[in-house]
Amino acid sequence: MNETLQDEAPDPRTAESRVKRTPLEWIEYGFVKIGVLPPLLLIAVVVFSQMSENFLDLGNFENVLRQHTFLIIVSLGQMLVLVTGGFDLSVGTGTALVSVVTATVMADVYAGGSGSVTSAVAAGMILGVLAGGGLGLVNGIGVSMFRVSPFIMTLGTASVALGLALYMTSGVPVRGIPPKFSDIFGFGEWAGFATPIWVTAAVVVVVSVIMTWTRLGRYFYAIGGNANAAVLSGVKVRLNLTSAYVIAGLLMGLSAVLLTARLETGEANIGTNLPLQSIAACVIGGVSLRGGIGRTSSVVLGALFIGLVQNGMNLARIQSFMQMIVLGSLLIVAVISDQIRQRSVARLASAGVLG
Amino acid sequence: MQRSTTRIPSTAGIDGDVLLELRNVSKRFPGVCALDQVDFDLRAGEVHALFGENGAGKSTLISIVAGALRPTEGALVVGGEPVELHSVRDARGLGISAVFQEFSLVPTLTVADNLLLGSEPGTRGLIDRRTLRADADRLLRDLGFPLKPSQQVSRLSRAQQQMVEIAKAFRSDLRVLILDEPTASLTETEASRLFELVWEARGRGLGVVYVTHRLKELYRLADRVTVLRDGQRVDTLDQSDVSEDRLLRLMTGRVIEQVFPDVDTTPEEVVLRVRDLTTATRSILNVDFEVRAGEIVGFAGLVGSGKSSAARACFGAEAVLSGAIELHRRDVTGSTPRQMLRRGMFYVPSDRKTDGLLMMRSVRENVALPCLSLDRFSKLTLLRRAAEREVTDEVTRRVRLYPHALERPVEHFSGGNQQKVLLAKALARDVDVFVFDEPTVGVDVGTRVAIYNLMAELCAKGAAVVLVSSDLPEILHLTHRAYVFHHGRIVDHLVGDEITEENVLRNFLDKGAA
Repeated sequence: MNETLQDEAPDPRTAESRVKRTPLEWIEYGFVKIGVLPPLLLIAVVVFSQMSENFLDLGNFENVLRQHTFLIIVSLGQMLVLVTGGFDLSVGTGTALVSVVTATVMADVYAGGSGSVTSAVAAGMILGVLAGGGLGLVNGIGVSMFRVSPFIMTLGTASVALGLALYMTSGVPVRGIPPKFSDIFGFGEWAGFATPIWVTAAVVVVVSVIMTWTRLGRYFYAIGGNANAAVLSGVKVRLNLTSAYVIAGLLMGLSAVLLTARLETGEANIGTNLPLQSIAACVIGGVSLRGGIGRTSSVVLGALFIGLVQNGMNLARIQSFMQMIVLGSLLIVAVISDQIRQRSVARLASAGVLG
Repeated sequence: MQRSTTRIPSTAGIDGDVLLELRNVSKRFPGVCALDQVDFDLRAGEVHALFGENGAGKSTLISIVAGALRPTEGALVVGGEPVELHSVRDARGLGISAVFQEFSLVPTLTVADNLLLGSEPGTRGLIDRRTLRADADRLLRDLGFPLKPSQQVSRLSRAQQQMVEIAKAFRSDLRVLILDEPTASLTETEASRLFELVWEARGRGLGVVYVTHRLKELYRLADRVTVLRDGQRVDTLDQSDVSEDRLLRLMTGRVIEQVFPDVDTTPEEVVLRVRDLTTATRSILNVDFEVRAGEIVGFAGLVGSGKSSAARACFGAEAVLSGAIELHRRDVTGSTPRQMLRRGMFYVPSDRKTDGLLMMRSVRENVALPCLSLDRFSKLTLLRRAAEREVTDEVTRRVRLYPHALERPVEHFSGGNQQKVLLAKALARDVDVFVFDEPTVGVDVGTRVAIYNLMAELCAKGAAVVLVSSDLPEILHLTHRAYVFHHGRIVDHLVGDEITEENVLRNFLDKGAA
């Protein structure tokens, strides 16, 4: 999903060269233009609608949407970091940590009787999101100031986050959250849609604006595209790079708070699959692992695609072990086909077919 | 340019067997045709030099011969048989080895490990370390290289690493040796030793393909010279027909006056003054220089002489250990590139891929990047994309970007047009001190002329222009004053008519303790 290829105005020369093409070349051309995701989506929809008659149901689609708001939000954070040329493996255990922090704060304030339900909920949510941002800040400082590789940095903080979550709870779910919290943010509805869906929609809009209309977003692309060039062009690389991790952490925190509302407890054993799934959503959505390329809308679709696949497999009663195998394979297939696509792009561009 | 008397006539020369031949070979990369139907042949016992500008196709040609690239069209014929080389290893199997400018050494391994990498002696996957050591020792002794097999490659100097690379080429039964600008980082003594080696190889009936852009080496070494320009073979000359005028005309397709514009100069006040500057990496030592508005100042010197570091340090891209940098009579020592941009300085880096451009992003995003913090381009943090488009459109027209496709990723342009995007970045802001670091590396003649004209135009409008260049003609024909760098120091300051090839080159060479 190379945005620059899609946004481009047609070049008169390409119009001329669009004369004779074999079916195979048409397939290649189409593949280059639209990327990996649309064909995958099509295959998934066709396959699962055959396997289960409920799959194409509108209600089922809202189900998928609601269940995967968490993945969408985390994937958007992951995208910011991937665009800068890094990645974040701490989103999984980070989610556990935030869940535990949120629940503990809420339960303590609520049970202590020192504040109203509203203040308990507000305190829990704010501190939860901030805990996520704090984790991102640590990641960002490590990567940008101390030049630790993002792999090691976030792998390290992932372990720290899980350790903290387990230390705080001894592995036991945190109970005592005010029911009102779950009523509103977990199961509440507004104008026919679940609250998490509204929150997610807002996040999508905000991230989209950041990436296309703000200096910050442009600098993310610049840093991932070529950090040296960014420095020489006067970009404050450290500050902006740190911001990417902080925003990713805040988004992860927000998603974890919503998930906690849904679960009605603070859990230290959630989020295990999020690093893989969020990176897969981004890669399937055309985000480059080398940095510099990635689009908000495509990542949302990538996350929804993963949701559809999981949902389809559930409806088709495929075991969860099998689902893990499918998801892992999908990620690898997406990366391979993206590489094939890059080669085609280079070939077609050199032949003057692309603008 | 006098001919060296040490030149030894080739024994086999013109009558040697044809070792290899390129027939009608073309090579296309995305957005650029690097070689266009080129014929080339190499005989046993000759040194066949390839001559041409950066980007003329020399590197592509030797990469094809060495098996590192495969031709898009045409045939490669070795010993009378058409062959397809799928890898460097294939080529080596046919006795063809190349020493590229970018070394293929593993820095963390020893000299001996590197020499026999890929063909280690031993059985059943176990390496026979004693034989390995002995083989490496013999190889180095035969070539007369003073290297220890047990030394780690990362600890060697560049010249020594090159020796390892050359020795590596000799390890198998060698018939064709390819040398890619081998003297670029060598001292005079080291270069002489290399020439002896080339003569020796030729005497043994090897064919040598020698890439260079130094005339002196052509006179000393080459039996024949093939000149390339814009990916095409322009001519192949016998040694006796080689002359500077002729080569330059063949290489550029023009006479000197058409390539280099006249530069109007009215040097005014000093805008950039550097005193006693030493960088943290000691890439330059106690350097003093000044640049005035309305002049083009040249920084000449070999790669690694410190000329680029001096420019980068002024822009804040290299850390300063001691000394002072003044811009517009203000002390700016230790500033960041961001601050220097604000104060009206712009540094155009030498390597557009590693330091200059976001290759996968559009022209617009690249050109606008240094300006985004200006009010015209963004309010608070929100971007004004209309302004971006407008300014990009204007400056890319000024540098004559072709095609004028502002949303196309930079990587899909030819090398010359990528370079134009890089220059356009400098024009989008108000700048009065421009630093161009090797601005014409890897570009065709047309782009070269456009770049020179741009520099002349900027200078005529009163900007201060610094031209950092390893390309001697650029220094000779464009600059009003030139500083010559050598081993991190300024060894000469030439003004006006003093800027001659002799005066500049004299300082490139090692002068013992000087």
